[in-house]
Amino acid sequence: MSPVMTQPTTEPLLDIRDLSVSYRTSEGMLPAVRGVDLRVSPGEVVGVAGESGCGKSTLASTVLRLQPQDAEVTGRVEVSGTDVLTARWGDLRVLRWAEASIVFQGALHSLNPVHRVGEQIAEPIRLHEPELAEAVVAGRVGALLEQVGLPRERERAYPHQLSGGQRQRVMIAMALACRPRLVVADEPTTALDVMVQAQILELLSGLVRELGVGLVIISHDLSVLAGICDRVAVMYAGRVVETGTSEQVFTAPVHPYARALSGAFTRIGDPASRYAPAGLAGDPPDLRDLPAGCSFAPRCPRVVDACRSAEPALLELAEGRRAACIRVGEP
Amino acid sequence: MSGPTLLEARDVSVAFTTRGGSVARALDGVDLAVAQGEVVAIVGESGSGKTTLARALMGLQRPSAGQVLFEGAPLEYSTRGMRGFRGQVQMVLQDAAGSLNPRQTVYESVAEGIRLHRLVAADADRRSEVQLVAAALAEAGLRPPERLFLRYPHELSGGQKQRVLIAGALALRPRLLVADEPVSSLDASIRGEILALLLKLRRDLGVGVVVVTHDLGLAWNIADRIAVMYLGRVVECGSTEEVLESPRHPYTQALLSVVPEIERLAPVVLTGEIPDPTRIPAGCRFHPRCPALADGSAAAAGVGDRCLGEPLPVLSAAGEHRTACHLDAVLSRT
Repeated sequence: MSPVMTQPTTEPLLDIRDLSVSYRTSEGMLPAVRGVDLRVSPGEVVGVAGESGCGKSTLASTVLRLQPQDAEVTGRVEVSGTDVLTARWGDLRVLRWAEASIVFQGALHSLNPVHRVGEQIAEPIRLHEPELAEAVVAGRVGALLEQVGLPRERERAYPHQLSGGQRQRVMIAMALACRPRLVVADEPTTALDVMVQAQILELLSGLVRELGVGLVIISHDLSVLAGICDRVAVMYAGRVVETGTSEQVFTAPVHPYARALSGAFTRIGDPASRYAPAGLAGDPPDLRDLPAGCSFAPRCPRVVDACRSAEPALLELAEGRRAACIRVGEP
Repeated sequence: MSGPTLLEARDVSVAFTTRGGSVARALDGVDLAVAQGEVVAIVGESGSGKTTLARALMGLQRPSAGQVLFEGAPLEYSTRGMRGFRGQVQMVLQDAAGSLNPRQTVYESVAEGIRLHRLVAADADRRSEVQLVAAALAEAGLRPPERLFLRYPHELSGGQKQRVLIAGALALRPRLLVADEPVSSLDASIRGEILALLLKLRRDLGVGVVVVTHDLGLAWNIADRIAVMYLGRVVECGSTEEVLESPRHPYTQALLSVVPEIERLAPVVLTGEIPDPTRIPAGCRFHPRCPALADGSAAAAGVGDRCLGEPLPVLSAAGEHRTACHLDAVLSRT
């Protein structure tokens, strides 16, 4: 077994501290993630919410040091006590799949179209445990498929023979193949129908209950996170702007951006939203050219002059409850 | 709120023959009427036939049975007939990024329809092409329009691209827009802005909208009426309030229960997915997944056998709240 497995279980599975990631581009540095902290304990489900370009997928990629070559990273990322950013290649290989795994966005394109799905699930098992006999590997693949709600026989299917929801289940089976303790799911339900989305979310929360893994779910859809997560962090322009329990962030958000994100989800039956879709004017800022002060100020309905002078710190309002807005607490 | 019927589907079926020779009934008898200035949502999952219905309403797909009528007259599928029709009914596609020509400027994209339909010569206010393009962009909420004329699609945000597509459709002064998942690829904060635009177009210009979506919240936001589709049929239709606040079909009830925002309902997560349209189940097409059949409530009401063996009639397009369900037929009688 790998040395990281001997860590006591009270340690967080994932501990990200003051992480910043910038991409070198032809037009200068692009800060995708700016000073993010995130911790995940065993059996805990943590959501990261935010829209395109807020840095949430970049954040996910750093968990297993999968960020692109042209990224400059500062801060610390620890997975089960191992410093991922400085780990030697051999240690990193042990970490990937066996300690933490990622379900990537776009199940439709992440599977190899010319291999049977059973083969694709078996691949990481063979890599990490080469001593296993073929029959044992086949047994594990069958068990994994059943665990994600697919019949064993589907191992012989090619990706194109499966529906979107079934492919997403295969991706989850693959992520579980080497029995990791931490799973990161990047937009696991995007592009799936509501009913299939509900099935996948039910599957993921069942896995957390049964296996006690830590789960990070990244989504642009706060309502998806609200139902399944214990805690949620909302990101805007590379920073975390609000954290709290999913209940707090979804039903009583305090940062104006989190409010807009939560308000954008229609409560069916609510007369206030009938013929009144809620939106937020403007577009997210250009990360190469961030506005002075709070990066949300140009779109903020509560903006005052002081917002434009300095970027507000992520202040603790209560235990586990933080927001980066100077007007929090004002009526 | 709405005037006379503008566009109507009467018992429309669309069948495709697959390579194996089996017949997929993508639409299997659908009635739908859209009145002038009305916003109608066609709601369903992938495979329900909602996009095929939108294509049939647009004349892009000829029905294999039944008719599509515009102002009471059947569509003429000749090039000439279609050109006249397209001036009145325009489509806004799902994927804004993929629908714009990457090598065309915003101006060219919007001007194309104006030229094709010779609208400069026909304009009552004697406006130039530039003025017509600017007016359409401004109506779609892109102000000042001139600033965008020479931009290419890659220079625009997702919300701006969607607005350019809507502007291209509006330039033709259509009376009806058919929008297929108009906001599904957009971020939550942008989504509201585009939906508000569709409502504004109805209010200011009297444009009717058929919106195809899987998102029940979107329907609550903008639609006057809803048709819920399952496997090529409308299974429930009525006013938005009726369908979303007192759903009668078990499928609609299940769909509503999994909308994350609704905490008052216990989620009914249906197993499996919509079946293959080459093998539509006998009896009620929803019966293999129906929670009311599975938990015995259909049998208790004495309709279990009918659910398995007796097909349901096509729902009529008329305004009142209707549903195609044997159990509901018994329950609503008592």
